[in-house]
Amino acid sequence: MNQAVKNDLVFIYRCGRIAFEGDWRYYLWMGSLTAICLLGLNAYAKQLVHGLIVTDMSDQVSWGVYIANFTFLVGVAAAAVMLVIPVYIYKNEELHDLVIFGELLAVAAIVMCLGFVTVDLGRPDRFWHLIPGIGKFNFPSSMLSWDVIVLNGYLLLNLHICGYLIYCRYRDKKPARWFYIPFVFIAILWAISIHTVTAFLYVGLGGRPFWNSAIVGPRFIASAFTAGPALIILALQIIRRVTDYRITDRALLTLRAIVQVSMLINVFLLLNELFKEFYTGNLHVAAAKYLYLGLHGHYALLPWIWTAIALNLTATVLLVLPASRSLRWLNLACALAIVGIWIEKGMGLVVPGFVPSPLGEIVEYSPTLNETLICLGIWAFGLLCYTIFLRMAVPVLQGKLSKANESESSCANPAVPLPAPVEAQS
Amino acid sequence: MDAQAGIGTSNEARGRDRIAPPAMIRMGQHSRRLNPDRGRTRFTLIQPGQKRKKVFNMPEHTCQCGANGSQNRGQNARQLDRRSFLRKSAVLASGIAALAASLAPLRELTDFGSVDEFLKKHYKELTREQMEKALERIRSEVERQYGIRPHLRDLKPMDGVEFVYCLNLTRCVGCRKCVHACVAENNQSRSPEIQYIRVLKMPNGTFDMEKGDHNYAPESVPEKGFFYMPVQCHQCKNPPCVKVCPVDATWQEADGITVIDYDWCIGCRYCEAACPYWARRFNFTQPSIPKDKLNPEMAYLGNRPRHKGVMEKCHFCIQRTRVGRYPACLEVCPTGARKFGNILDPNSEVSYILKNKRVFVLKEEVGTLPRFLYYSDV
Repeated sequence: MNQAVKNDLVFIYRCGRIAFEGDWRYYLWMGSLTAICLLGLNAYAKQLVHGLIVTDMSDQVSWGVYIANFTFLVGVAAAAVMLVIPVYIYKNEELHDLVIFGELLAVAAIVMCLGFVTVDLGRPDRFWHLIPGIGKFNFPSSMLSWDVIVLNGYLLLNLHICGYLIYCRYRDKKPARWFYIPFVFIAILWAISIHTVTAFLYVGLGGRPFWNSAIVGPRFIASAFTAGPALIILALQIIRRVTDYRITDRALLTLRAIVQVSMLINVFLLLNELFKEFYTGNLHVAAAKYLYLGLHGHYALLPWIWTAIALNLTATVLLVLPASRSLRWLNLACALAIVGIWIEKGMGLVVPGFVPSPLGEIVEYSPTLNETLICLGIWAFGLLCYTIFLRMAVPVLQGKLSKANESESSCANPAVPLPAPVEAQS
Repeated sequence: MDAQAGIGTSNEARGRDRIAPPAMIRMGQHSRRLNPDRGRTRFTLIQPGQKRKKVFNMPEHTCQCGANGSQNRGQNARQLDRRSFLRKSAVLASGIAALAASLAPLRELTDFGSVDEFLKKHYKELTREQMEKALERIRSEVERQYGIRPHLRDLKPMDGVEFVYCLNLTRCVGCRKCVHACVAENNQSRSPEIQYIRVLKMPNGTFDMEKGDHNYAPESVPEKGFFYMPVQCHQCKNPPCVKVCPVDATWQEADGITVIDYDWCIGCRYCEAACPYWARRFNFTQPSIPKDKLNPEMAYLGNRPRHKGVMEKCHFCIQRTRVGRYPACLEVCPTGARKFGNILDPNSEVSYILKNKRVFVLKEEVGTLPRFLYYSDV
């Protein structure tokens, strides 16, 4: 027993240790992210002192860019499952090893989600009221309490699956199927549920016609399954570039097919929504009008949403054309789709729900500098987490960091990658 | 399914699509400096099919560790040890300094709640003694802050009472006296000012609230061609705000008033998003009330001073109505447009209005069953 605990501690120590090793570019990258995190932390400290008044939120627009980012990132987290489904249900071998990178991205995304929800709270010191058992949990009535459960559950599921598989690989033993396969299938359903529940958060509000529409849920899923795999396509290529971990082009093209189909469904659902809102033309169209055309001389969201539409349409065209079989065009399409969906699902979804207010008042919203810094800080923290996860996972998966070479202490181990590139030739 | 449970398997065996020349041998660098005893030449096999690309070389280790210590190291290594120790300390120190600097604004954080407040249980779970303690704590807190000892009570709903509010749209002249009486009575923040009642100036002939004017400021009211519609918490029988609150910080009491436990609210503002009547207000910053403006007649679930970061809203002046008085907005109304009473009492004014007047429910389609109703004389 003691030996087992010791083994685990050595594993954790070595993983932790390796996160601090790398060449100057690694340090530069991590250093910059840390600096941005600290800027965000500083902005958050100001918000703690003065209250949410340092944001541009108001009683009229009571959620802003925090909840917008939260919504987007839940989608990213959910989309990790789009790597899992092909592997475990359709037995696509090409993506097999990459599932772990997708799930680690999901973990980082959930960490960011929790960060965004926390900074949005007026009383973060009372977060323990949300803990079932200790606090007072309004379950099942409140969709937010569902969200707390599904998000944290998803975090644990993914941590278990990746953690277990990486640990087995480290010990060079075969993972016990019963100990992770059931969780993989639970995680697949769970991934759908996190985004559905997040959509229901909005859909359930009868007083907000812009959100109170059955199509919000499906649109969430479609856009998540576009933006998430698109992000994974980009992430995998970065991993391939900075480590010698081999990722095939075919794997990326499999993901392209997923992004392609989801994007088409996403655009189709958007058209459905636009038709319903504008053709009916009842009073409930006001929010959509404000978003797309401006209302009574208020146009704050127009630049956002039309940028999103332009990006999304360009991305759709690129994805459909055979040109995106080349990685360069595929990357462009993915980047456009990510930004487009980030706007559409963020500012384009949250803000118009509040404009006009239930009493017909128009108060506009655009994030303040302090708010933006907090958001950047959380994004930087998420990227920091993801980088560290990868820094630990890649050498283990490659067999360079394993139980076998434990006796060689971690810094004597020459097999730690990530230093300066040298031409493979000669 | 792959029994290897492939996630963990090595990817070395998988080929790429494009074919590169057969195996090449790359000579790695020695890890000479720090591991002289391990200074063997390493060969990296470029797999057939692997694209020629940049491959990352072995790192030159900068970290020191004694595990593989050798005699060859000697003085040189000790110097390196010291240098790396100094460098690590410098990095650590500047890291801590940066962290401290980024947290510096917290020094201005003065409005700390007490530990008792932090650990306090939900309103419904407080025992009689705990409630007494909480009341006492709030009394002394208010006294310390405003120099006046409040008459603070935890008032319970009366038996056989369900409050209903009726507002006569024919009579309301839009003077906003109710708005300001409410602010004074309920200890709302004056800067920034929080108001529970919003009066809309509506053009005759429509109930489309987008056509309403929230910021009307003429010389005198009423203006010709308009009617006025005050909106405040509708104390719904089916309240969306209660349904969505993740921590049960807001609930409906037996007399129909939806209340908030200001010491339990986490400030997520979900209720504010859910309310179809825009009745809820959030303390975006620490509320400020001039000392001489504080109303010392207080109820726990009513008008006791709030902290920043929590919700508040109209509670039908719980500190008045639960001891048999009228709400402040009603008392101040110069035209008698506001009627308030017990709907369970068939002889009450509100029962009469419901039976005999043309009553209008704002946004009836959202199904919230409000206890705040509009009516007209004609």
